[in-house]
Amino acid sequence: MSLADIQDRSLDDATAFGGQGDVGDYLALLKPRVMSLVIFTALVGLLIAPGSIHPVLGAVAILCIAVGAGASGALNMWYDADIDAVMSRTVKRPIPAGKVTREEALAFGLTLSAFSVVVLGLAVNWLAAGLLAFTIFFYAVVYTMWLKRSTPQNIVIGGAAGAFPPMIGWAAVTGTVTLESTVLFLIIFMWTPPHFWALALFKRGDYEAARIPMLPVVAGEDATRTQILVYSVLLAPIGVAPALLGFASAGYGVAAAVLGAAFVWYALRVYTVREGEPARKAAVRLFTFSLVYLFLVFALLLGDSLFGRLVAGGWL
Amino acid sequence: MSDDGIRPTEEQKRRQRGRSVAIGLALAGLVLLFYVITLVKMGPGVFDRSL
Repeated sequence: MSLADIQDRSLDDATAFGGQGDVGDYLALLKPRVMSLVIFTALVGLLIAPGSIHPVLGAVAILCIAVGAGASGALNMWYDADIDAVMSRTVKRPIPAGKVTREEALAFGLTLSAFSVVVLGLAVNWLAAGLLAFTIFFYAVVYTMWLKRSTPQNIVIGGAAGAFPPMIGWAAVTGTVTLESTVLFLIIFMWTPPHFWALALFKRGDYEAARIPMLPVVAGEDATRTQILVYSVLLAPIGVAPALLGFASAGYGVAAAVLGAAFVWYALRVYTVREGEPARKAAVRLFTFSLVYLFLVFALLLGDSLFGRLVAGGWL
Repeated sequence: MSDDGIRPTEEQKRRQRGRSVAIGLALAGLVLLFYVITLVKMGPGVFDRSL
């Protein structure tokens, strides 16, 4: 294409050269809703870890984890622009909507990735920074580029990326990876499959249209219901593990057991109600409750830890 | 010299200004962030060095 050709192009064609997005479009590339969950779980990991961190450095750690998570979201949207364009849930994202070009999203994601990892390493510690770098790599490369389009186990393995933030928060304070932070990782890791498979049950058409091998598309809805139940049964005791391992109180253990039992009950509803609108509603309810479950488990861990510190410090 | 290039519309100019302001604020935020991190990590020792 000659320069004259470029100069002859109409303004509408300028879209192809980028520069169309506003600030809101770039913020949307960061997947703010996912980021809010990452911030919350990372904050809990940071606050319940033994030891202390200067409040400013703690805030920097959370900022870096949030930006790193957002960066991996932008890289995901860069790579998945083709399938985002055919799924109702994602068609309004900035790239399929024509607001941001793929190249702009890639540059944005890579820049934020580099900044978040380097700043976390320089300001806090390099173990936390290494874990953040691995998380971004795992989500953008292992999950998005490799697993998502090739195996129905995509979100089982890829779920690890979403499970790392509390471990990074913990590592920011302690400089270590311990059994306790691994349990925090496992709670989210085991939570992810039933959460996303419940979504896939009532958004199955989307995944079929995009040719993503989600479990309901590949193995069928019955097999998905069984898998949801299995992972829910495994998740319930892991949610209680912080109390069993002694880094949360018995009160937390009881609350987590009740929440875990409720999770299994919702999964049982999905397992038993298999026809028509009631089946769809059961999947929606499990999906909604799974969000409540994760929020409450981490909120309880945080409340439990803060209460314990107040008591230990003689404040209560 | 002809000025028949791609001329941005007012809307495109507005978005460009918005992006420029956001980048400017992000850079200013980074300067402030590094300043505060330096103070926190080095404390009063930031002035304690041979000239």
